[in-house]
Amino acid sequence: MLTTLSTLLATGLLLWQVAHQGRQIHALGGWDPGLGIALRADPLAAALLLMSSLVALAAGWYATGYFTDDARQSRFWPIWLSLITALHALFLSADLFNLYVTLELLGLSAVALAALGAGRAAIEASLRYLTVGLLGSMAFLAGVALIYIRYGTLDMLSLSQLIHPGPATWLALGLMSAGLMLKSALFPLHFWLPPAHANAPAPVSAALSALVVKAAVYLMMRLWLDLFQPTISPAASWLLGLLGATAVLWGSWSALRAQRLKLLAAYSTVAQLGYLFIFFPLLMALPAGQPRDAAFGALVLMALTHAFAKSALFLAAGTIQQHAGHDRIADLGGTARALPVTTFTLALAGAALIGLPPSGAFLAKWQLLSTAIGLGQWIWVPAVAIGSLLAAAYIFRLLGYTFGTRDRDALALVDGYESLPALLLAIIATAVLGLGAALVWQFVAPGALVTEAPL
Amino acid sequence: MNLESWLPALIVSSSLLPGLLIFLLREEKHRLRTILNLFGAVTKLVLVGMMIWGVFHERVFETRWTLAPGLDLVLHADELSVLFVTLSTVLWLVTTVYAIGYLENAPHRSRFFGFFSLCVTATVGLALAGNLFTFVIFYEILTLATYPLVAHKGTPEAVRGARIYLTYTLAGGMLLLIGAIWLRTLAGPLDFAQGGILSDIEGLDTTTLSWVFLLLISGLGVKAALVPLHGWLPQAMVAPAPVSALLHAVAVVKAGAFGIVRVVYDVYGVEFADSLDLLAPLAVAAAITIIYGSVRALTQDHLKKRLAYSTVSQVSYIALGVAIVGPIATVGGLVHLVHQGVMKITLFFAAGNYAETLGIHKVSEMNGVGRRMPGTTLAFTIGALGMIGIPPVAGFISKWYIGLGAVEAGAAEWVMPVLVASSLLNAAYFLPILYRAWFCKASDEWPAAAPRNGGLETDALLLWPPVATAALAIAAGLFAAAPYSPLEWAELIAEREYRQ
Repeated sequence: MLTTLSTLLATGLLLWQVAHQGRQIHALGGWDPGLGIALRADPLAAALLLMSSLVALAAGWYATGYFTDDARQSRFWPIWLSLITALHALFLSADLFNLYVTLELLGLSAVALAALGAGRAAIEASLRYLTVGLLGSMAFLAGVALIYIRYGTLDMLSLSQLIHPGPATWLALGLMSAGLMLKSALFPLHFWLPPAHANAPAPVSAALSALVVKAAVYLMMRLWLDLFQPTISPAASWLLGLLGATAVLWGSWSALRAQRLKLLAAYSTVAQLGYLFIFFPLLMALPAGQPRDAAFGALVLMALTHAFAKSALFLAAGTIQQHAGHDRIADLGGTARALPVTTFTLALAGAALIGLPPSGAFLAKWQLLSTAIGLGQWIWVPAVAIGSLLAAAYIFRLLGYTFGTRDRDALALVDGYESLPALLLAIIATAVLGLGAALVWQFVAPGALVTEAPL
Repeated sequence: MNLESWLPALIVSSSLLPGLLIFLLREEKHRLRTILNLFGAVTKLVLVGMMIWGVFHERVFETRWTLAPGLDLVLHADELSVLFVTLSTVLWLVTTVYAIGYLENAPHRSRFFGFFSLCVTATVGLALAGNLFTFVIFYEILTLATYPLVAHKGTPEAVRGARIYLTYTLAGGMLLLIGAIWLRTLAGPLDFAQGGILSDIEGLDTTTLSWVFLLLISGLGVKAALVPLHGWLPQAMVAPAPVSALLHAVAVVKAGAFGIVRVVYDVYGVEFADSLDLLAPLAVAAAITIIYGSVRALTQDHLKKRLAYSTVSQVSYIALGVAIVGPIATVGGLVHLVHQGVMKITLFFAAGNYAETLGIHKVSEMNGVGRRMPGTTLAFTIGALGMIGIPPVAGFISKWYIGLGAVEAGAAEWVMPVLVASSLLNAAYFLPILYRAWFCKASDEWPAAAPRNGGLETDALLLWPPVATAALAIAAGLFAAAPYSPLEWAELIAEREYRQ
């Protein structure tokens, strides 16, 4: 707990620095870029760092009361902290090789954590998760190697000066993107995510769904919108967008049909990640300027809102599972009476996932639709509209069951302090990010990932 | 801190904060909850009083908060918003009193009153919304806040009604959202302005604007229960009586109607919308709804269902008044926004009293109820006569002005038959109820009579609200020409709308 708190403090400090002094670069141990390990923090990285510190803090707080046996408890913490370390290092890395290392580390800790879930299903799911993760990192590494052969550097800032279109560049980008798409569970490469996320222990699912997949999306943003942007044709980004739109529809539909609460949450992650990819063709089509900044801010806001809402949903699901002994949606009647705070959390997180006001996702979707209509890319409008309505359907189906009555209606009020972290996360997603959204735009937009000259 | 920029926000939060506190209260804290409720309602009333005075003297109240680049949450008081805010605030106070009496011993009161306050917050928010973006936000919040109220009883029937309600309104909200975003990309921030904002913008494609209008009006039409988008309203009457009263009189249905007024007058501008040939279809849809709702009401034996179909019909008078071009019809439509609210809330209060006191849910059980519950039945009678349009009750004024407006606009040949037919139909489904209540002999036993307590026909908290609103309905009719009456205020709006 202490560690997580101090991380949060450090992040806050960094955030302040970035806000006031612009991008920060630090060469670890004093070695120059090229040899040493360089860290850098720009607004995007700082925003994501803050998000992951907060989510990790809440999930860690929740985890202190979650594990009942000491053995699992003592195995959880070291891996948990290594996961967070890897994640933060990834957001801060300034060169491609470090990105690979952190990505690999992140993947391995995530698998180890997922395997902490009891039972055969969890083991099976994490083995599949492991294979997928390794495959993804392999592809990424191959791409990195190609870049090194072609350009002789892996530092992103120097690379951005050198990069030019060509078969080698495209192949490298293709390999790296394929690896990342696998890791970010973009449709149709999402098959591994629902079982892995649904069978892990609740605090782990929260971190996996909210943060770990975001790391891969973050890398996609870095590669597509920053490093490789001059070399990418719009058609390729349309492919990403189309896959994203399909993910929105398919993920929401599967979530609607899910029989278990955690599975619902996992499919909803597939759908929500789809929205992030719809932003890609829009951002590629916009020239640098105010509209692009607005759309980019919306992308970040969407990612942040989802992180808070989804971790809240998973933590709440964990509380329900511990009290009810199961998470079958159809048998959740009476939950609203026994666990009012948790049910309220479900509702708040749900509102953010649907994209209803006053959540941050509402503003992000408004901006997304507005950009799409402005650019004449009408195809995304029905995808977003239908996706949101499906999301409303699965959330309210869930809430409908929790408000239902049950035969033995003598459920006592059992909500305790363990439901607080989830509630706080949900409040951040709905109220704080909604009302304070202007700050996100102000903070992220000016540096909206346009390739800058090295400092 | 100056009052002008804080008053709208204060008015919204005067129900939001008590609502949030009520959520945290334990079920037993009856007294504290009542105090919070009444404190919020009375505070809001005082604040709104200040606003009325200010707006009348052309002071500008506006709260602005930037949410995203180019997207501001704007709360702004103009004449139209004051009209709607006043209506919701007054009726909220009355309904709160009624609800306290109605839910005396029911479970989940904290949850109920919490969402009840949120619902009013959303209504007031959308009344004060200063641009289409803000309007959409509160429109969606309203949907969310009313859903738990409709489902409140938790019976399978209530859950089903709530689900239908939610399906309709969320889909409608999506249409409205897309329309609003589309218009935003075409025409900028869309701050509401009297006389419309689109006519001043050059180079807009008229076909596109027509499509946007269709999207906006169908989104709003769901809540305003325009045929064929009205399907949820008769289902939602499973809600507890105070919720139905609020839903039909101010909150949901009126939100839709109010939105139509806003879009036609303050976004498109009535003359510009007419030049695009958009108003005639709207008028036809409203006319069809008026007749259809009345016809369906005829055959309903369930009292609340009959009232629900009557709402479908009556609310479209507002749309009709708006869609006929001309200041007098405008006055009729706007004033009906208020009059229908006051009369319909009276009817639903009375229906709730019959159900609570005697267990009467159906028209066929109402024989002789007037002798057992004279106060309630008198209020019901006044409301019903007003709906038919008999002077001096307020409903007469609205119909008179819509009719006059139609004559002035040269649309009399088809509007007049609609008005006459609708009034006849209204009489046909209300008069039998009144006849049964006053003149038929009571059956020996009521379906489920509650024990009489004290000298009154029912609980005082249930009796006085309908009597008060019935008195309001008469007053609004009798003193229609007095300063600050709804009619005067509607004329002020029409005058400023057509001044351009």
